[in-house]
Amino acid sequence: MVNKLIKEDTKMFLTGNEVLAYAANAAEADFMYGYPITPQNEIMHTWCKLLPKTEAGFLQTEDEISAGFSTIGGILAGRRAFTATAGPGNVIMQDAMSMAEMMRIPFVCAVMQRGGPSTATVIYAQQETTLTCFGGNGEGYRIVYSTAGHQDLFDYMIKAFNTAWKYKFPTFILADGYQGKMREPVMLYDPASRGITMEKTPAILRSGVSADMKANHIRNTFNLEEELMEELDKYEEEFNRIAPEIEEYEEYKADDAEILIIAHGIVARSAMTAIDELREKGIKAGLFRPITIRPLAVKPLRAACQRAKQILFTESANGQLARMVLEKIYGITTPYSTLYKMGVGVTGDDLVQKVESMVKTPAAI
Amino acid sequence: MVQVLDLPPVLPNAQDEEAGASKFCPGCGHGMVLKTLAFAIDDLNIKDKTVFGCDIGCSLLSWNYMDVDSVQTHHGRTTPVIYGVTRANPEIIGIAYMGDGGGLAIGAQHLVNAAVRGEKMLAILVNNTNYGMTGGQMAPTTMPGQKTETTPYGRDCSVTGKPAKGAEMVSSIVDPEKTYVARATVSNLRALRKTFKKALNNVQQGGFSFVEVLSVCPLNWRTNNVDTWGRLKTMEEFFEVKEFVSREGLEG
Repeated sequence: MVNKLIKEDTKMFLTGNEVLAYAANAAEADFMYGYPITPQNEIMHTWCKLLPKTEAGFLQTEDEISAGFSTIGGILAGRRAFTATAGPGNVIMQDAMSMAEMMRIPFVCAVMQRGGPSTATVIYAQQETTLTCFGGNGEGYRIVYSTAGHQDLFDYMIKAFNTAWKYKFPTFILADGYQGKMREPVMLYDPASRGITMEKTPAILRSGVSADMKANHIRNTFNLEEELMEELDKYEEEFNRIAPEIEEYEEYKADDAEILIIAHGIVARSAMTAIDELREKGIKAGLFRPITIRPLAVKPLRAACQRAKQILFTESANGQLARMVLEKIYGITTPYSTLYKMGVGVTGDDLVQKVESMVKTPAAI
Repeated sequence: MVQVLDLPPVLPNAQDEEAGASKFCPGCGHGMVLKTLAFAIDDLNIKDKTVFGCDIGCSLLSWNYMDVDSVQTHHGRTTPVIYGVTRANPEIIGIAYMGDGGGLAIGAQHLVNAAVRGEKMLAILVNNTNYGMTGGQMAPTTMPGQKTETTPYGRDCSVTGKPAKGAEMVSSIVDPEKTYVARATVSNLRALRKTFKKALNNVQQGGFSFVEVLSVCPLNWRTNNVDTWGRLKTMEEFFEVKEFVSREGLEG
């Protein structure tokens, strides 16, 4: 058992990476496996600094391949283990993540996005959205929470462990280096004080297997094509069935919005400042922010898109979220425009200007 | 009158009898290595503490061979899965079972780092000098001049470098106080059983063990039984069969 550090509500002024380490401890995570890559390093720095008090475990591995697979090992041994990565590390960790998809391992990983392709930039982007949602070979199922700030990081990191262990799908916190490195006030709390019970983490690979217990043999290889399809069909059916329990979204002044901004993560916060400014100018703008990027909350998303006169997709990427959304709003004819800045932050001013231009010259797509 | 002997084979307790006949090709060395490992587990009475992991390649066919909790992983990734397990639960005796490709090519960085860190586990590398499952390509351990699908005119060491020597490499980077490193061969299963026992005893004492086992692949070698044995003997001349590192007082 790990020692929990936060016993009562504690307001702190922390970086997002620090928040994630505290959240993992609050969730009673007891082992982190990790490999350094900017901008997520301070998660493990904080985790390691706290080890004498928490009595949790840590292993600095030789690369992200190992961080991913040893995290799987820790989970199989019955630990609430997790890892974190970014950028090129996220690419090579997909090997382990796809094994977690196939074997339904409750893998938890925080992805702090940085610019790509390749080494690119080390602090910020939203360019790992597609990779984090769909990175494996084959068609595995994952749950991805996109956070927009520090309270989100704390709340959803705790939730990620419970989602992963309850449903046995790999679960991700998708954030970015701005969130990781920026300092914000955040309320830390003991999950129990909010009525949150942590899911149990039974070992799959056990020690002390008695003679009358059957050995547990687990694999990710199948002999026949049909055998694989049968398994994946089951996964799909289950994922679709539980999706309504998992889906989360946030709307901001979206009820009467004529121009609906669709954004996730920290860009959604820029959108909120822009919306306030636009409303003062008499322009009815609103926001739909998917919190779960996978699965998307399709019903409310379609309703919001249907209500609006125009849609604006904006991302620090070239339309990765938009592609996922467009597939889900098939048939809705509301025209849309885009403001994409690949690997660059989107400011409130950017969005005010863009929306004003859409009022003058409506979107035609 | 023909009398049929109807005696069941003597199976080690740590081998899963429900798994049925071995899935390896006729003449393959894996069955011998695994059965010997299972006997060593029986000898030390550690079945209830053992977790077995296997790699991709022919070694994956061992996923349900042992009567212990087992996980089949990805190519080269058995080592990190197993030290992930034993770091999380040090009571477990973790065994990572792989071929020469999994240990010395695609998973070499994990073997190197597990050895340097002295992970509490046993890594078993079965060296048959080629990639069996994928149809007989050159492995890091392919012998000079040996014909494989990707060296159809024989391995030319001036182009490909010389064969990798796993046990020598591992012994040069480990902490000798806490490590057991040996190379054994399927031509002497009694010695192999002793080697496995020493390796597992070392793990029980909290150390890292590495055992490379010289094995045979008659299907891809395209050899009959005589030539298979002959090839194994040539391998034993090239890859020295011995204990490389052993802590004092280790019992086998």
